[in-house]
Amino acid sequence: MIKEFVSEEMVINMGPQHPSTHGVLRLEVKLDGEIVKEVIPHIGYLHRCFEKHTEALTYPQIVPYVDRMDYLAAMYNEFGFALAVERMAGIEVPPRVEYMRVILGELQRIASHLVAVGTYGLDVGAFTPFLFCFRDREKILSLFELVSGARLLYNYIWPGGLSKEIHPDFVRLTKEFLVYFKPKLTELNRLLTGNKIFIDRTANLGVLDIEKAINYGVTGPNLRASGYKWDLRRDDPYSIYDKFDFEIPVGDGAMGTTGDCWDRYYIRVREMEESIKIIEQAIDNIPDGDVKSAIPKRIKVPAGQLYTRVENPRGELGYFIISKGANNPFRVKVRPPSFIHLMLLDELCRGNLVADIVAILGSIDIVLGEVDR
Amino acid sequence: MTDFMNGYPMLYYLFLAIFPLLFVIPFALMAVYAERKVSAYMQNRIGPNRTGPLGLLQTTADILKLLQKEDMRPGHSDRFLTSASPIVVFLGSYLIYAALPFNSILTGATLDLGLLFLLSVSGIVVIGILVAGWSSDNKYSLLGALRSAAQIISYEIPSVMVVMILFVITQSLSLTEISEKQTANIFNWYILGGPDLTWKKFIFIPIMIISAVILFISTLAEVNRTPFDLPEAESELVAGFHTEFSGIKFALFFLAEYANMFAVSALIATVFFGGYQSPFGYLGDALNLSWLVPAEQFFWFTIKALGLVFVQMWLRWTLPRLRIDQLMSLCWKYLIPIALFLFVLVTFITMI
Repeated sequence: MIKEFVSEEMVINMGPQHPSTHGVLRLEVKLDGEIVKEVIPHIGYLHRCFEKHTEALTYPQIVPYVDRMDYLAAMYNEFGFALAVERMAGIEVPPRVEYMRVILGELQRIASHLVAVGTYGLDVGAFTPFLFCFRDREKILSLFELVSGARLLYNYIWPGGLSKEIHPDFVRLTKEFLVYFKPKLTELNRLLTGNKIFIDRTANLGVLDIEKAINYGVTGPNLRASGYKWDLRRDDPYSIYDKFDFEIPVGDGAMGTTGDCWDRYYIRVREMEESIKIIEQAIDNIPDGDVKSAIPKRIKVPAGQLYTRVENPRGELGYFIISKGANNPFRVKVRPPSFIHLMLLDELCRGNLVADIVAILGSIDIVLGEVDR
Repeated sequence: MTDFMNGYPMLYYLFLAIFPLLFVIPFALMAVYAERKVSAYMQNRIGPNRTGPLGLLQTTADILKLLQKEDMRPGHSDRFLTSASPIVVFLGSYLIYAALPFNSILTGATLDLGLLFLLSVSGIVVIGILVAGWSSDNKYSLLGALRSAAQIISYEIPSVMVVMILFVITQSLSLTEISEKQTANIFNWYILGGPDLTWKKFIFIPIMIISAVILFISTLAEVNRTPFDLPEAESELVAGFHTEFSGIKFALFFLAEYANMFAVSALIATVFFGGYQSPFGYLGDALNLSWLVPAEQFFWFTIKALGLVFVQMWLRWTLPRLRIDQLMSLCWKYLIPIALFLFVLVTFITMI
């Protein structure tokens, strides 16, 4: 008698120590041969009780903790948190600070997208674009080092102002960087974006349609790649973003279906171009003034609650602060874009191959520091 | 050489057996160094420059480190097979050197079926990889090994077909004979239609160029180099079939990879780019120094093969990796039909 051949499901643990889970993420992958049946992300390896910590700290003390959430976009986390506290405490910041924050924020967006794009190349096996991107990111980090003294976790944007006066060379070096960086984007496009193998690997893969994206609460580049024009810098303007002229690129399915991995990749390349535009408009118009003048000696936030959101490089970063009128917040709840995007993984991966898991995970661009907090 | 061969036949054969090893190990050390330097210059880096002059001893130091490491294996792995698999893999790539004509006198075995021998022994590598993946009791290794087996076996077919095309044109499967036919000047190389001087030569030129590309792509897949490095795709399968290997066993896999790279490059150089023949005359002939000719031939053979090795490195640091289904469709939907068509075409042309 011939017994019926029964094939077993194979369970593979990807991570927490795996080269392409972008941090300490553990994926429990159920496979049928090489076809993915289910992906269960197990998170929490980087959990540091951020939200509980904040309850015991004063507002300026929270800023360094905020840095450590999305460590690839620390400047923007500070930006968002400072904005939230200022709105609640009613602090008016001088225009010099506003301009600086926008410039630093957009530089940070370029730096963060460079990591996203570079590591995405690495995920699909192209090693060289990764090092090209990191070479350019180093220059941005040097600019940050110039103003804040730190390369990754800055503690620079404080509620009410900036922690240090701007370095006299900053404007000149930033302009030099922009001149240097523009041709490098073309180089990147020629090396990776238009590569036939790269397009074959990413186009028509992990397609996320608008409806599904909105139902999952997807924001930022991932939502725009699905073809929905939604950018908080334009739709809910904060700081001085309404003064600048920039476009919001949306995915159009140029190489396949709208909302596929290639769209999610390319949207980031195009956003870097838009960020350059914003910096170019802002860099020549930084007004004079004192960046520390509006920093209060002691920040006391009146009782109440407020949700403030900013357009982080990864999506909508929200701070929900409840204050009882003391020096420290009663509760700070963060809405991290990466955490919400990670929920997509199972939905997008099912039915694809093992190799596609890393391609999809790379395209939604998560940072584990922010997922776990 | 001839006197030596007649006087001490055993010593002569021993020399022939050991010579490739004396060649392969320094080559692998230098190739790894070259790979690092090539990639460094392509990526705006400097590369190794600390150990020895210009960092030349970096790889030697790495190998020495690997040699003195503890020989570890996973608890549930098969003791015999984990130890045997690196040897089998290295054996597969080392056997290829038996048939490679380094110059007109230095050939391990002048086989009449050299080309077929070469393709068949390179298949031994599959066994080693499968055994390595299965015996190391790791799911990543198993996936890598299965991918590798599917890949290497599939890509043997287009390379065998290209060999058949060559057989029809050259009427020979002996590597030495094929090399001898491409003598005198560059226009006798088979990439430029071969020594045949009739109208057929001009039809053969495009056919041979396409065949060379097919053979290059399929050998690239057989040695698991980017864009076909799926068996050891580091971003997906950690290190594929050799995930659980360390120390000397890992060094053997490493050595086999680079030995294989040179072997397949030498194969392409032999059948398409004139083998050990110089693209123009020999200095030794002009100066009437008969001993100089083999040395020059050795030089040309190595230079041609190293050029192709450089192309392999160049591709590795430029291209992303294919997915397993794309890899298979490239082989079965494009390479095999094209090679088959060319084979039929060549058969008809030679019959006229």
